[in-house]
Amino acid sequence: MYAFTYERPKNVDEAVKLLKKAKDGKILAGGQTLLPAMKLRLASPDTIVDLSRVKGLSGIKASSKAVTIGALTKHIEVMGSAEVQKSIPALAHLASLIGDPAVRNRGTIGGSLANNDPSADYPAAALGLGATIKTNKRELPADKFFKGLFETALAGDEIIESVSFPVPEKAGYEKFPNPASRFALVGVFVSKSKDGVRVAVTGAGEGGVFRVKEMETALAKDFSAKAIEGIKVPAKNMIADIHGTAEYRAHLIGVMARRAVAAAK
Amino acid sequence: MPTVTVTVNGKSHAVDVAPETLLVELLREKLRLTGTHVGCDTSQCGACVVHVDGAAVKSCTMLAMSADGASVTTIEGLANGGSLHPMQEAFREHHGLQCGFCTPGMIMSAVDIVNRKGSELDEQTIREELEGNICRCTGYHNIVKAVGAGAKAMKGGGKSARAAE
Ligand SMILES: Cc1cc2nc3c(=O)[nH]c(=O)nc-3n(C[C@H](O)[C@H](O)[C@H](O)COP(=O)(O)OP(=O)(O)OC[C@H]3O[C@@H](n4cnc5c(N)ncnc54)[C@H](O)[C@@H]3O)c2cc1C
Ligand code: FES
Ligand code: FES
Repeated sequence: MYAFTYERPKNVDEAVKLLKKAKDGKILAGGQTLLPAMKLRLASPDTIVDLSRVKGLSGIKASSKAVTIGALTKHIEVMGSAEVQKSIPALAHLASLIGDPAVRNRGTIGGSLANNDPSADYPAAALGLGATIKTNKRELPADKFFKGLFETALAGDEIIESVSFPVPEKAGYEKFPNPASRFALVGVFVSKSKDGVRVAVTGAGEGGVFRVKEMETALAKDFSAKAIEGIKVPAKNMIADIHGTAEYRAHLIGVMARRAVAAAK
Repeated sequence: MPTVTVTVNGKSHAVDVAPETLLVELLREKLRLTGTHVGCDTSQCGACVVHVDGAAVKSCTMLAMSADGASVTTIEGLANGGSLHPMQEAFREHHGLQCGFCTPGMIMSAVDIVNRKGSELDEQTIREELEGNICRCTGYHNIVKAVGAGAKAMKGGGKSARAAE
């Protein structure tokens, strides 16, 4: 790879200072996206700020109301957490579908949210549960966090510290994986709680993860797969590539949404 | 140049590395442990899988600096002197390899599966768990057989990889 400066701060303040000082500084979490991107020269930071020695950014806390997950918590920990499995089984299930075991052993939830890949899984859970993303500067609701392809509301020197998922009555996630990359060709996260129903779609939208309001309204009246049978999501603004046409993805949203509702628990 | 201190196959090393050095480059080029292979360098094939603090990782997708203070096990660290690790033996016995390029990664992943899931592995589990390991010659059938048999053999008193780590 090409040369860069490597920094390993001990706390968030130090990390922020280093990011401010650098011309093009980037945070390194699990590296499962950043390092491949750097090898392909899609990213070429002059400074890498490795968060691995920053204390307090990892771990899972659960209460009856919310599950709060530290930014550096690895996919394997979320998938295996008894608390997550009990409170939000759909979230543990989602984590178990990310990539492969070696990727899950390094990749982190904070990195996945910050990266906001249009085919990544966690953005669907964050939007589909109405999560709150806590940074060193503020708390952001998921509805205001995701800003399009690989774009988020994060500033250059802003660090995700944790993400808090409200515990729903029921939730489900179903993913149609791209058989080569295992990223979502289409993934749909649905949840039902006191605050209403949420349906979030990843893998399909040209602008990244999005909600399907029409399905939410129908499911709020009747939370069943049947209730959304007639709803067709338009193919406009859907991703079209060698893996699938826009129409195919639009169709898959209906299929995955019905499966997610049926699987919700 | 920063120094990385790392234990590899039970032996401690302090090595000066450029920050951009990948863990696999440290292993292959600095420590001359060339059993760990680079098949794709794009994080997809799993030929570079090693264990870092007991967990399987793609060593082409980790900086050497990130392994500072860690304990790494490579394919060279599995065998016990002249006798193969039970998982290696199973790959030999069941023809789980042809050219052998993917084999170090397959075996390191397989041992990781047994460490996480135990020694009774059904075919479906093995296939799912090997999603991150690509083989371009054997067609997986014998690899899956080898992993199942290796898993059982590891329980049957063969030296476990945990003990090696
Ligand atoms: C073979 C393979 C298959 C994969 N399959 C899937 C899949 O099926 N589904 C899926 O969702 N993902 C998949 N991924 C991506 C994986 O989940 C990544 O781990 C994840 O997207 C990024 O997390 P990371 O910790 O590795 O982040 P890094 O790669 O370290 O960082 C990613 C980006 O986020 C920034 N960042 C990291 N942490 C923070 C933070 N705390 N605050 C602010 N910014 C931060 C970094 O600066 C960087 O820009 C796959 C990856 C690989 C290599
Ligand atoms: S060389 Fe590391 S995954 Fe292929
Ligand atoms: S044995 Fe040749 S690549 Fe697997």
